[in-house]
Amino acid sequence: MTTTEQPPAPAAGSDERLLHTSALRRLLGRPELGSVVGAAAVFIFFSIIADSFLRASSFGTVLYAASTIGIMAAPVALLMIGGEFDLSAGVLVTSSALVSSMFSYQMTANVWVGVFVSLLVTLAVGAFNGFMLTRTKLPSFIITLGTFLMLTGLNLGFTKLISGTVSTKSIADMEGFDSARKVFASQWTVGGVELKVTILWWAVLVAIATWILLRTRFGNWIFAVGGEADAARAVGVPVIRTKVGLYLGVAFAAWVSGQHLLFSFDVVQSGEGVGNELTYIIAAVIGGCLITGGYGSAIGSAIGAFIFGMTSKGIVYAEWNPDWFKFFLGAMLLLATLLNAWVRKRAEATK
Amino acid sequence: MARVRTGVRAMGAVLAAVLGASLVGCSSTGGKRAEERAARAAAEGRSAVNTPRWTFAMVTHSGDGDTFWDIVQRGAEQAAVKDNIKFLYSHNDEAQQQAQLVQAAIDQKVDGLIVSLAKPDAMKDVVAKATRAGIPVITVNSGSAESKAFGALTHIGQDESIAGEAVGDELNARGRKKALCILHEQGNVGHEQRCAGAKKAFDGQMENLYVEGTNMPDVQASIEAKLQADKSIDAVVTLGAPFADAAVKAKRTAGSKAEIDTFDLNAKVATALQDKTLGFAVDQQPYLQGYEAVDLLWLYRYNRNVLGGGRPVLTGPQIITSKDAAELAEYTKRGTR
Repeated sequence: MTTTEQPPAPAAGSDERLLHTSALRRLLGRPELGSVVGAAAVFIFFSIIADSFLRASSFGTVLYAASTIGIMAAPVALLMIGGEFDLSAGVLVTSSALVSSMFSYQMTANVWVGVFVSLLVTLAVGAFNGFMLTRTKLPSFIITLGTFLMLTGLNLGFTKLISGTVSTKSIADMEGFDSARKVFASQWTVGGVELKVTILWWAVLVAIATWILLRTRFGNWIFAVGGEADAARAVGVPVIRTKVGLYLGVAFAAWVSGQHLLFSFDVVQSGEGVGNELTYIIAAVIGGCLITGGYGSAIGSAIGAFIFGMTSKGIVYAEWNPDWFKFFLGAMLLLATLLNAWVRKRAEATK
Repeated sequence: MARVRTGVRAMGAVLAAVLGASLVGCSSTGGKRAEERAARAAAEGRSAVNTPRWTFAMVTHSGDGDTFWDIVQRGAEQAAVKDNIKFLYSHNDEAQQQAQLVQAAIDQKVDGLIVSLAKPDAMKDVVAKATRAGIPVITVNSGSAESKAFGALTHIGQDESIAGEAVGDELNARGRKKALCILHEQGNVGHEQRCAGAKKAFDGQMENLYVEGTNMPDVQASIEAKLQADKSIDAVVTLGAPFADAAVKAKRTAGSKAEIDTFDLNAKVATALQDKTLGFAVDQQPYLQGYEAVDLLWLYRYNRNVLGGGRPVLTGPQIITSKDAAELAEYTKRGTR
């Protein structure tokens, strides 16, 4: 964090933290600036390469793809600014959908009951991650890797035990399904473009995350524990509470994504979600988060998710050979991140 | 800067060495050149019709680098060449991603769509969207039960339950008592149906074993452990050709007497059938699934023909034993069986 947003009190003499900086200067210091340039570059690239990329309907598809990543990338970005990882985030989405679906079905309860129970279970997993981390002092990479593997097994084991197959039973004919679908998986058509409700969720989550980061005491704590945990503790920042809170945030977003998965497809496959955790981390990093913590932004994660969505769908619109898909994806992401780092360097040099 | 330059120089030296070595030791048999000769001798790829150049997209639930889907794609591509079709292929093994890829195909305003319905519920809405947009849809490989309800013209594939039952019958005929069914793609409903069908028709005992299909050493180790733990298993059924080989290796290590049988074919399976390492294979002719899907879409666009009379068009099961394996070996080598 370089500056505060509020105009400083003029009385405060020569304290450099209270110097008034111009709006442009402030903009150049933002972590997400580089990713904005990267996003523009990717957008222009695919606009030239792929005819169908620029269609309005295609834009709806790209936004949807971005939102499914972005919902998770926002809290993951906060967690990374706090200096931690969560490798269990990908399968936690699937777990959340499975719990919701199976609880409703087995108890023959209103679907909303399952949705609520799923929220509790998902938050419990998040709390488990946070507590294990702060109690054991092991790196979060190891803790969440363990959680990731355990959840993958639990997803499959429980689904098979309860449903007898590897996917859940349909709950589409149960009470509350329609209203839940409206909340988690509806869509509107605006001028021929189909917009999914996940885009709204995404925007709201990014807005909340940004507000927390820049406008609250908790936000300052996040930067503090990510930058230098021991120093933060020494000045009275509640490190444990902050980190557990961050994991709860990731769990909450996993719950939202999981419910979307359930209510848009109504049946959940128990083996899915593996590998997505890396996608969320990549989106956050493209958006300007440092792997080492202490630096980044939530808006950046949204732009990172948008770059990811544009790239993964743009390759399809460009009709490139799918065998090379992952190669192009990796190359584009590297280029976007490099451009991002370069822009940041230039911006910092002008300070 | 200097270090970069030496790096480039070293790379250049390595490249030169590789090129030099490849020019010296030539082989007069086999290899790339033999393959090229055979390819030249095969039919020249020219379209046989003068219909407009339509665009057909195929979106499957295949993972990366899947042999089976590679053959389906080959069949589709060859039909596309014949029918003067621009053919687009994309795939993802995650339901949500596959649905997004179908959406992308609709955005591209394709003239025909081929979809696999391994996860039917996830594909329901987006397939309905395609039919609403007036795009003819043909489903392949999995989803025979849902195909019609989703508004597809035809389903091409094998009925997994029937294929499973064929396996159960064959195991009975071979006098097997205790069999193991290896599922390598968790979450695939079709695979569950195969094992369930086999269990139904099989008079002995049948157990399911889940393995991580994207990790071959893990597949082998899992089967090995199971065979070591239970010596009474006398038949192992794998659901994909590459896994048969892993099962054979596992059987050797575990010192088991079990007969290995498999779904699907590949070059290795064909030779293993010939030397009786494998008992039998159940083929569903993937080439046919790709080829027919494109061809039937072409027929629909050209002549409004629909095949199957509202029922799935079955490409299997075809039980292949050591008798038939010899002539299929060369086709498996070129990657069409």
